[in-house]
Amino acid sequence: MALLEVENLTIQFYTDDGVVRAVDGVSYEIEAGETVGLVGESGAGKSVASRALLGLLEDGEVVAGEVRFDGRNLLELSSARLREIRGNEIAIAFQDADAALNPAYTVGEQIAEAIRAHETVTDTAARERSIALLERVGIPEPASRYTDYPHQFSSGMCQRAIIAIALACDPDLLIVDEPTRGLDVTVQAQLLELLEDLSADGEMAIQLVSHDLGVVADQCERVLVIYAGKIVERGPVEDLFYEPKHPYTAGLLASIPRIGDGRDRLASIPGRMPTRVQRPTGCQFHPRCPYAEAVCARRDPELVDTATGTPVDDGEPDREGPTTHAAACHEHTGDLEEGLDYEVRIVDSTDDDGCGESASDPGDDSAAVDNPSHEGELR
Amino acid sequence: MSLGTYALRRTLLAVPVLVGVSAITFSFVHLVPGDAIDVLAGFQGVDPEARDALREEYGLDDPIWRQYLAWVTDVLALEFGESPITGRDVGATIAERLPRTLALGVAAWLLSLAIGIPAGIVAALNHGRPADELTRLGALAGIATPNFWLGLVLLFIFGVHLGWVRVTPPDAGLASLEMLWFMVLPTITLGTASAALITRLLRASMARELQKAYVRTARAKGLRERTVVLKHVLRNSLTAVVTVAGLQLAILVDGAVVVEQVFAWPGMGQLVVDAVDQRDVPLIQASVLVIAVAVVLANLLVDLVYAALDPRVRYR
Ligand code: SF4
Repeated sequence: MALLEVENLTIQFYTDDGVVRAVDGVSYEIEAGETVGLVGESGAGKSVASRALLGLLEDGEVVAGEVRFDGRNLLELSSARLREIRGNEIAIAFQDADAALNPAYTVGEQIAEAIRAHETVTDTAARERSIALLERVGIPEPASRYTDYPHQFSSGMCQRAIIAIALACDPDLLIVDEPTRGLDVTVQAQLLELLEDLSADGEMAIQLVSHDLGVVADQCERVLVIYAGKIVERGPVEDLFYEPKHPYTAGLLASIPRIGDGRDRLASIPGRMPTRVQRPTGCQFHPRCPYAEAVCARRDPELVDTATGTPVDDGEPDREGPTTHAAACHEHTGDLEEGLDYEVRIVDSTDDDGCGESASDPGDDSAAVDNPSHEGELR
Repeated sequence: MSLGTYALRRTLLAVPVLVGVSAITFSFVHLVPGDAIDVLAGFQGVDPEARDALREEYGLDDPIWRQYLAWVTDVLALEFGESPITGRDVGATIAERLPRTLALGVAAWLLSLAIGIPAGIVAALNHGRPADELTRLGALAGIATPNFWLGLVLLFIFGVHLGWVRVTPPDAGLASLEMLWFMVLPTITLGTASAALITRLLRASMARELQKAYVRTARAKGLRERTVVLKHVLRNSLTAVVTVAGLQLAILVDGAVVVEQVFAWPGMGQLVVDAVDQRDVPLIQASVLVIAVAVVLANLLVDLVYAALDPRVRYR
């Protein structure tokens, strides 16, 4: 039994324009101590799915599915039991750190409060632990910073403080939502280092949510790519990075900017994700997919094992469990006539910037996806 | 900056404002059309001897700044002179009226907070549900009802019809039970509209705060919903209420003329109206000064409460 098992999670929002299915039958699991990435454009449903785990949806509703954590179905717990788990066994560090802290209380109080919510500790003990947490997330002079208000912190420090709050009760699962959004590059790098330290301890499982495949590739063992509320590809990070099996993943890879690459590579995938009320028929990606054929608009591809073409989500045991490389594209069930003809080229970043790190770490390499017949679209 | 330092600085900043206010009030005598002596004599023909006495008393031959200094010195000693109309000591008149106005005003103000804040919270937390609609209707009625009408209706029902309360103030001390009992109706009359206003204001600002990201963080920590609302959301929502509540406190000091009329309440409102009517300039001067000082103090209070609620204010 994995630490977290999400099964067929389906979430709807009710808007003036109609019912929006923000998350559509998402299943995944996370083992204790493992770091798993959830990648997709903003609006793909990844943040919504993460908040739903702890019953923190403000307006959406979980209409189907199960979330088992340590064997308990979180969606069926009473609000009191759920509150005991929040911030204690599962913690979330939200994005947009400046706004995620209350401007009226000191940063220290906001950490100590999280400790006091779950443990009977003296105020002094809570304070000392909060200072230790500030130190752990890399805030200099933590003791004097304890009494600072959020507006006295930089954005990067706020993001660290948010992580400190999440770490307050030593959670078994830490969900980090877009930790680098809105931060400048140096601060991003420092934060990623912090996350790497945290996952290196191996005690805590991390679910890293990001729109940036590059960020996730650096940190995670496994990656889930989510598009329009569905998982379109999943697998170990190396497989995904070197051999993307879904055109959307390939497009995401092509849009990662690479240092030292001669050409301007800041391409993005043309088109936009379907508005969530009006969905295309068949494969949700087909209006943007360079390889779309008639079948794509007719039938929705299942998530299948890319090696065998057998579905992975219908209860049959996966070949290799959650580490199976699976993708939802008709190509892998042999239903595509022309096939996918992108080609993956690996650009070893050690050649470019000479930092001389091990080339076997996918985080230091960059995969370039070349698409001879669709250059215009993918670059 | 600590709250103490901020409070000290902000208080010191109020001093020049008070000086300005006193200077303007002082110049009334000279700004009113006509000779200063006529003004001080209440525009009643007085014989030359009395004119000379007044000229002497007010030092009208001295340079203007000396007159001002002399006046301020008197005012600081709470000496406002005599009313040319009634011949009564102005300071004593105000000392008699002000406590009554303050008692009624503060009671009404506290009532408006005691009703407005809980009602605002309930409305915000039940956004769009029956409880919200109910407070909306109540608030609308509260704001739309003219207070003299509300006062008359209350008096008619509880005073005339049921006979539970007197229709005029009893001849008793301000702190006596009898008087407190009498004050119930005027307090409700005066506080209703403010309560309605505060309810709506708090509901709006709280609904806005509830959308903010820090609320989600607080919930994600596993805090009780009560803690999330009362500790995190309410504190940030109150800043919107503080400004309005503070200004209302200031306005209450000048008395609610209409409500005082309905309940025959001998407060500042009636006093000022009568003074203007009779062109009793020293009395107007003293009343205006009292009201202006109250406004300055209320503003100071607003700023201090604001700074206590929102630390960012202190560092600006
Ligand atoms: S199923 Fe068709 S449209 Fe969807 S990703 Fe595959 S090729 Fe593209």
